[in-house]
Amino acid sequence: MQYPDVFNQEISLNKAVHIYFPQAIPLVAYIDESCLYLKENKCQICVGVCKNNAIDLKQAPVTKDLNVGAVILAAGFEPYDPKVRAEYHYGEFQNVITSMDFERLLSSTGPYSGEILRTSDKKHPHKLAWIQCVGSRQVIEGGNSYCSAVCCTYAQKHVILTKDHDADAECTIFHNDIRSYGKDFERFYDRTNNLPGVRFIRSYTSIVKEDPVTKNVTIRYSTPDDGVKEEEFDMVVLSIGLNPPVGAQETAQKFGIELTAHQYCKLNPANPMETNRRGIFVSGGFQGPIDIPESVFSASGAGSQIGELLDYRRGKLSIERVYPEERDVSAEEPRIGVFVCHCGANIGRVVNVPDTVEYCKTLPYVVHAQEQLFSCATNSAKEITDVTKEKGLNRVVVAACSLRTLEPLFRDTVREAGINQYYFEMPNIREHNSWVHSKEKEVATEKARDLIRMGVARACSLEALQEFELPVNKAALVVGGGVAGMSCSLSIANQGHEVYLLEKDSDLGGITRRVHSTLDGMDVQEYLQDLKRKIYQHPLIHVYTNAVITDATGYVGNFVTTVKSSRGVAEIKHGAAVIAIGADLSTPDEYLYGEDDRVMTHLELEERIHAGDEKVANAESVVMIQCVGCRNEDRNYCSRICCSESIKNALKLKEINPEMDIYILFRDVRTYGLKEDYYREAASKDIRFIRYEENDKPVVEPGESDEGKPVLKVTVTDFVLGNKIELDADVLALAAAIVPSEETNKLAGQFKVVLSPDGFFKEAHVKLRPVEFNTEGVYLCGLAHYPKFLQETINQAYGAAGRVLTLLSHDIVIASGSVCQVDEKKCMGCGACASVCTYGSLAVQETRQGKKVTVNPVLCKGCGLCNAKCPTGAIQLKHFTDDQITSQIDAMVAE
Amino acid sequence: MCSGRVDMAHVLRAFSKGMDGVFIGGCHFNDCNYSTGGNYHALNMTLLTKKIMEHIGLNPERLRMRVMSGSEGNLYAEHVNDFNKKIKEIGPFAVSEGIDKEELISRVEKVLKLVPYIKVMMNEKLRVPQVNPEDPEECDKYFTSEEIDKLFNEKISYYIEPDKCQACMTCARRCPVGAVISAKGQVHVIDQEKCIRCGNCIAGCPPRFSAIKKIEAGEPVPPPLPEGERTVVRKGKEKAEVS
Repeated sequence: MQYPDVFNQEISLNKAVHIYFPQAIPLVAYIDESCLYLKENKCQICVGVCKNNAIDLKQAPVTKDLNVGAVILAAGFEPYDPKVRAEYHYGEFQNVITSMDFERLLSSTGPYSGEILRTSDKKHPHKLAWIQCVGSRQVIEGGNSYCSAVCCTYAQKHVILTKDHDADAECTIFHNDIRSYGKDFERFYDRTNNLPGVRFIRSYTSIVKEDPVTKNVTIRYSTPDDGVKEEEFDMVVLSIGLNPPVGAQETAQKFGIELTAHQYCKLNPANPMETNRRGIFVSGGFQGPIDIPESVFSASGAGSQIGELLDYRRGKLSIERVYPEERDVSAEEPRIGVFVCHCGANIGRVVNVPDTVEYCKTLPYVVHAQEQLFSCATNSAKEITDVTKEKGLNRVVVAACSLRTLEPLFRDTVREAGINQYYFEMPNIREHNSWVHSKEKEVATEKARDLIRMGVARACSLEALQEFELPVNKAALVVGGGVAGMSCSLSIANQGHEVYLLEKDSDLGGITRRVHSTLDGMDVQEYLQDLKRKIYQHPLIHVYTNAVITDATGYVGNFVTTVKSSRGVAEIKHGAAVIAIGADLSTPDEYLYGEDDRVMTHLELEERIHAGDEKVANAESVVMIQCVGCRNEDRNYCSRICCSESIKNALKLKEINPEMDIYILFRDVRTYGLKEDYYREAASKDIRFIRYEENDKPVVEPGESDEGKPVLKVTVTDFVLGNKIELDADVLALAAAIVPSEETNKLAGQFKVVLSPDGFFKEAHVKLRPVEFNTEGVYLCGLAHYPKFLQETINQAYGAAGRVLTLLSHDIVIASGSVCQVDEKKCMGCGACASVCTYGSLAVQETRQGKKVTVNPVLCKGCGLCNAKCPTGAIQLKHFTDDQITSQIDAMVAE
Repeated sequence: MCSGRVDMAHVLRAFSKGMDGVFIGGCHFNDCNYSTGGNYHALNMTLLTKKIMEHIGLNPERLRMRVMSGSEGNLYAEHVNDFNKKIKEIGPFAVSEGIDKEELISRVEKVLKLVPYIKVMMNEKLRVPQVNPEDPEECDKYFTSEEIDKLFNEKISYYIEPDKCQACMTCARRCPVGAVISAKGQVHVIDQEKCIRCGNCIAGCPPRFSAIKKIEAGEPVPPPLPEGERTVVRKGKEKAEVS
């Protein structure tokens, strides 16, 4: 019997007994409620066929009591169900699907193995439409008033992937504001927008009808040029929003926590991971609609806060992994085992795996070859270990996916078999092969052979390498004394670690000193004073003001940073470093800024409102211009906070004088997530929003009002009315771009970390490792990473603290064995290698045999540049030696 | 590992096996995952190798470097497809060059042997990122054909003068490639085939002997002493005999 597959959005079928999805943990089969026995007491065939007697149909739920010191609620979110609104015709028109359905269609493990097919006729759609804000930004029955924060960008991803599948596909996105507020999102938006055959249309839509024969779907929309029109599409994707997790209320009751009106967890504004109950924290989608990086910040951050509570119990439950003793195989002839992975259908559907296995058996020194369904599954990895031991293998080759993700797992597998972990090689026959040659099965199989043959050749010349154990200095250095740096310092220090907090200014607080309230009404200055007090009172936190870093050396666990500050010059030894230097506000060079004192930045306006400036309070008309100095060619990013900042100021001004005329000239209003409610409030209070386009910017000139009062004349094109309108402004506030701090470049050089295209610090992975750098032991939080709100900064600061603790709670760190070594006999002392090594790992020294280079392997990052520079091959990058690479090149042409 | 790890020897090795093309993929410029800017070094190496290929009659378009990020699989595929197309247009190794395959391979192998020498001579220009990778013209001009001609045609040599050599073994120990044929009491000889012209021998030779001579390009290197006639005549002994 087959039933709709829940993981694949019920598009395809599977059986009652199945594996939930290919990457499920644990990767085991289970039986769901569609089972005939569970429903009707029939069948039981599975019990009979299972040789291991693993099936127990009488299993019942068990209640377990766990004693814990703290709880994290990470219940996630629930996709919006468009069935609650009949006008979407979801479930009625076959080719109207949700974005979640589309995600599954795109997936290679999805219902059609990665092919995008229409439900009605299983044909490729050629003309697709996306409808944004389905269930979001709607004040209607069944909708959510807030913005779901992620849909604009995921729809763009869908378009890009659709175009990858079919370069001629016509893709149309019907949208409201495009909210590309995240890091690099603006570039992503541009990339999508510039693809041929892609249209972004700013219009509300309605789904009109389904063609009874073709099952195509007609959408009605309007454009300023053409008015209302109808257009037919092969497929319509509803960009559904995010709902609170199912059972949010029940969870709230059980744990005694409060929810907001939107049914998300009610957060402490000064600590968005904290619920109203001590010891119960929240992370991820239950905080509100947020994207992956923010989820990761809060996950790591909630972890760090629990660390503060439970630090005294750290490590009590951990068990040290014991590996079998390593067999010395260096004198043995190579005995290679090759494991070829099907990766479900990912590889197996394209590459002829059984043939490839047979081929592997013909390769020199291969004594064993076999196929595996998923080499990475726990049972398969164990099989590799067992076979290695049984057959006395001394080299293991796993032909599967990219080693970037799974090399550590397989190295571990090899270690378990008593072999040095560097006797492992991983030809990539998925990303480099089956995924790109999915339509050329024979060629792909041939390429798999080539790749494996090369891998086997390299495996022969691999050597056992030893990794380094480095002691960890338990102190942390935090650079930047703003909210990010202070929050991070506090969490680290609360877990028993010494923190050196550096601030370039004479006082802590950073840019937050200029912010007075948040959109949701928190008193920022009160919060800041409290935070500063905690910092100064903490016995483990040492504050250095007027601090300048003059030198930074060392490596993970053992940094030495020289600091000049009001305390004099100090050499600080620390195991971890956090970069939290914030960002600057740009100085606008347009709209008369700096020439006319009625023109100010949004932050200056906030300060003047707070200071009770009469010119501002008595203004009859205030105009705000958004996106000043960003979202343009030079700064191709969105400063993220300005829309909300301007709306916050506008609402404050309306409080002071409800009669004040306020105009916000915007390109897209990006009050993403729960901030949307304030946008709505502003609109309801008669704050006027006028959209302008990048190539038709407002024009500002001094002038006179009709009454003869000197004003600023702001001229802007109204896209709704299609004419120029002239506004009189007493005050003009510019939403100036947030730009990287001027210290950024210098610091990046000192700590050997890199920058993103926009000049902010570049995290190790934009989604999965958003608070750390590729440079080990160096972490990141706050505006130095990208513009963000106070709450997001606090999330990320705690998140960075969590990662710092992961390092500092260990006594040692392990450094890779793949580093350089010098054969002194061959070294001619030319120094070509040392001159290019920016890690300072190489030094030329005078010896009795003339100048020779020495390596400090701890500093070596294994890039191998020195190896390529060396004329004589005296310096070799271990694990990627000239011999190893050459053997691969030679094997490539061996056939 | 970084694209800067790609050695000229790796590229030439592939061509010496008769490969039709070599593609080097690196990270975007100014977006180095290390802090070394290794991709600029890879670019310099590529530019130099292309000129050398031209010098020996191998179509330099058979070598190409392109940059992309790890998340731009589509771009990578695009670059590779484009390169594939180009190589198909050019045709098989040696055929389109109109040179006998064995001959062309032997030319590549000869250069392969010279890689250490080339690195020594071109080190300065290979090192610093100094070309704008976006500007094909600038890239093309970075190494000139004249420079390459000079590199191959005007090789300096080192020669040990038999009458001065005292067989102290210093130069032999200093030679990174084992090009000095030496034995106790035997006049040392430099194997000109193996020598990479690094000059370590001349720097190491004790000044009181000054036995090693730099021979400028174009001048002939005297033939080595035949093997049976290399016994050293000690200066000290000579003097003793005279007195």
